[in-house]
Amino acid sequence: MNQEILDRLRMDDRFPHILCPGCGIGSAMNAMIRAIAESGLTNDDICIISGIGCSSRVPGYIDADTFHTLHGRAIPSATGVKLAHPDKEMIIIAGDGDLLAIGGNHFIHAARRNLDMTVILINNHNYGMTGGQYSPTTPQGKRAKTAPYGCVERAFDACEMGIGSGAVFVARSTTYHTPHLKGLIKQAMKKNGFALVEVISQCPTLYGRLNRMGDAVKMLEYFKENSITVSQVKEPKDAEGKIVIGVLHDIEAPEYYESYRKVCEHAQRR
Amino acid sequence: MSKRVGLEISLAIAEAVKLADTDMIAAYPITPQTHIVERLAEMVAEGELKAAYINAESEHSAISLCVGSSIAGARTFTATSAQGLALMHEIMYITAALRLPIVMVVVNRAMSGPLSIWGDHSDVMGERDTGWIQLFAQNGQEAFDMTLQAFRIAEDHRVLLPVIVNIDGFTLSHVIEPIEILDQTELNKFMRTFKPKYPLDPRRPLTFGAFAIPEYYMEAKKQVEQAIFSSKAVIEEVWQEFDKLYGRHYTPIESYKTEDAKILLLTLGGIGETAQTAVDEMREQGIKVGLLKLVMYRPFPIQELRDACKAAQTLVICERAMSIGGQGGPIGFEVRSAFYNHRTDLQIHDIILGLGGRDVKVDDFKVLVKHASEKKPKEYELIGVRE
Ligand SMILES: Cc1ncc(C[n+]2csc(CCOP(=O)(O)OP(=O)(O)O)c2C)c(N)n1
Repeated sequence: MNQEILDRLRMDDRFPHILCPGCGIGSAMNAMIRAIAESGLTNDDICIISGIGCSSRVPGYIDADTFHTLHGRAIPSATGVKLAHPDKEMIIIAGDGDLLAIGGNHFIHAARRNLDMTVILINNHNYGMTGGQYSPTTPQGKRAKTAPYGCVERAFDACEMGIGSGAVFVARSTTYHTPHLKGLIKQAMKKNGFALVEVISQCPTLYGRLNRMGDAVKMLEYFKENSITVSQVKEPKDAEGKIVIGVLHDIEAPEYYESYRKVCEHAQRR
Repeated sequence: MSKRVGLEISLAIAEAVKLADTDMIAAYPITPQTHIVERLAEMVAEGELKAAYINAESEHSAISLCVGSSIAGARTFTATSAQGLALMHEIMYITAALRLPIVMVVVNRAMSGPLSIWGDHSDVMGERDTGWIQLFAQNGQEAFDMTLQAFRIAEDHRVLLPVIVNIDGFTLSHVIEPIEILDQTELNKFMRTFKPKYPLDPRRPLTFGAFAIPEYYMEAKKQVEQAIFSSKAVIEEVWQEFDKLYGRHYTPIESYKTEDAKILLLTLGGIGETAQTAVDEMREQGIKVGLLKLVMYRPFPIQELRDACKAAQTLVICERAMSIGGQGGPIGFEVRSAFYNHRTDLQIHDIILGLGGRDVKVDDFKVLVKHASEKKPKEYELIGVRE
């Protein structure tokens, strides 16, 4: 299996990667590649699209059709590709700033539209690439380069936002729980419609350091100790201060492309 | 007392924004602008600067926030680079048309694609026609001074236009230089309190962003055009006052060793200092070469340019931007048209170099001068490119 995973990467020309020691993005990428492989998809079956950011560098390491677009613009670019190539398994990989700040509008509208795509959000709670400024997921009170004494703004819950916007599948995991994460990505890809998988990830170089959270191992231990599964949440207060992991939302709703086809067929039959 | 300190240029700009007692700062982070806005966030949090600070959700929002606060009568600052500036583009026209005295530092960076974080002037050249006043700094001291001057210029009731101060990404923004930081009492002789001309005020309701039918649109544009051309006299007045107070001289075009020069180089931004070294070395060899540094890009100092080139036979424009599919670079177009109908004997070479952070070295200018003295100009040339 490992060789098969390595064969899917651009080992000869793109490595070593640019990620910092201890960064969580590699773990998320690992889970994603394994999910693709275990789903029986070849690299030719998939298309991976990203915006700009550390997370968005992932597609460049994968030997498949990939597109590194502009900051915030992964979703509209992916929508274009998917409409032209509906047979491709569309995967979007994005940072929290990319998906929820500059690209926030695209995110909610894509969820509402329900075109078949899988969005993997790597939430490291700050803008990693530009040096650790606060993002829409920086928890209130946490420090960032543009919030040296704590962030005043409230954070988005990306999953709630996805559910509220119409996503048909929403799940969360962390970079500590990589086999679990892999399983969620497999489910998300299988789902016909807009699927979101949020990966809580560590950025020990910036967010972690600015908030004295220790090294990558410490941050991963935090994820381990503070995560609880969806089924463990019996009442809302069980989830307080915890990272709730697992499938949070799974419904059926008409997929955009199919609905559109039906309308066209109907119009042409008249 | 003012003090001369070794300071990263980005931090010196933040210092200027603080000394100007700015009221509102909105920005979205982008390399290489980040150090300016991070330092400002710190200053606001620590109470060094009493202002509102917001990390907007994009540059489109950042500049829109600035428009709002400026309309409300607050002294407003933002900074960005490349993709961020492009994302502001829509609002750039509106800011000038609304006559809002916002000050923005553009840390110049190449436009994607290919994706590049390094410097050139392709970002700001996209804002050429928006109605913003534009200045180019070539070192840290100028970046600091111009940021302060920008508020004076923008807020002058004879101007009321937004101002961009351009500094080169990395080669200026991230460099530590000795910079004289003016102290507050010294500076108070120069700065004015911002008196907005038409602030939003519930007691005196106003509407902004009105619709112009074809019978009015051109008149509105002409007003902006007149304002920017008449701003030149105000800018020079502000510079003279600055000179008198602090002993640093600014002009629309800075001339260096031009008196008897047959060949002139023309630069914008940080490469001016590199070219200056080249001129010194060439002068030692007896080559009659001089240098013009374009400090004021908008309004374009047409007359000053003609005057500065009077005695020269050859002008070598060295620019870090290109109009793809056009006749070279944006400065090339503008300079050539300044001489059209005025002089036909000036040999104008339009050289495009240093795109996407490609190094521009002292020797490059020497080669350019040598070529220009031997060869007739081409329409334009891209130099240092591998085949
Ligand atoms: C229009 C525009 N504005 C700003 C930037 C600068 N920029 C690049 S990546 C980034 C944010 C990165 O944070 P995030 O999306 O959370 O991803 P991470 O790097 O943390 O994985 C920013 C602000 C840009 N490239 N384009």
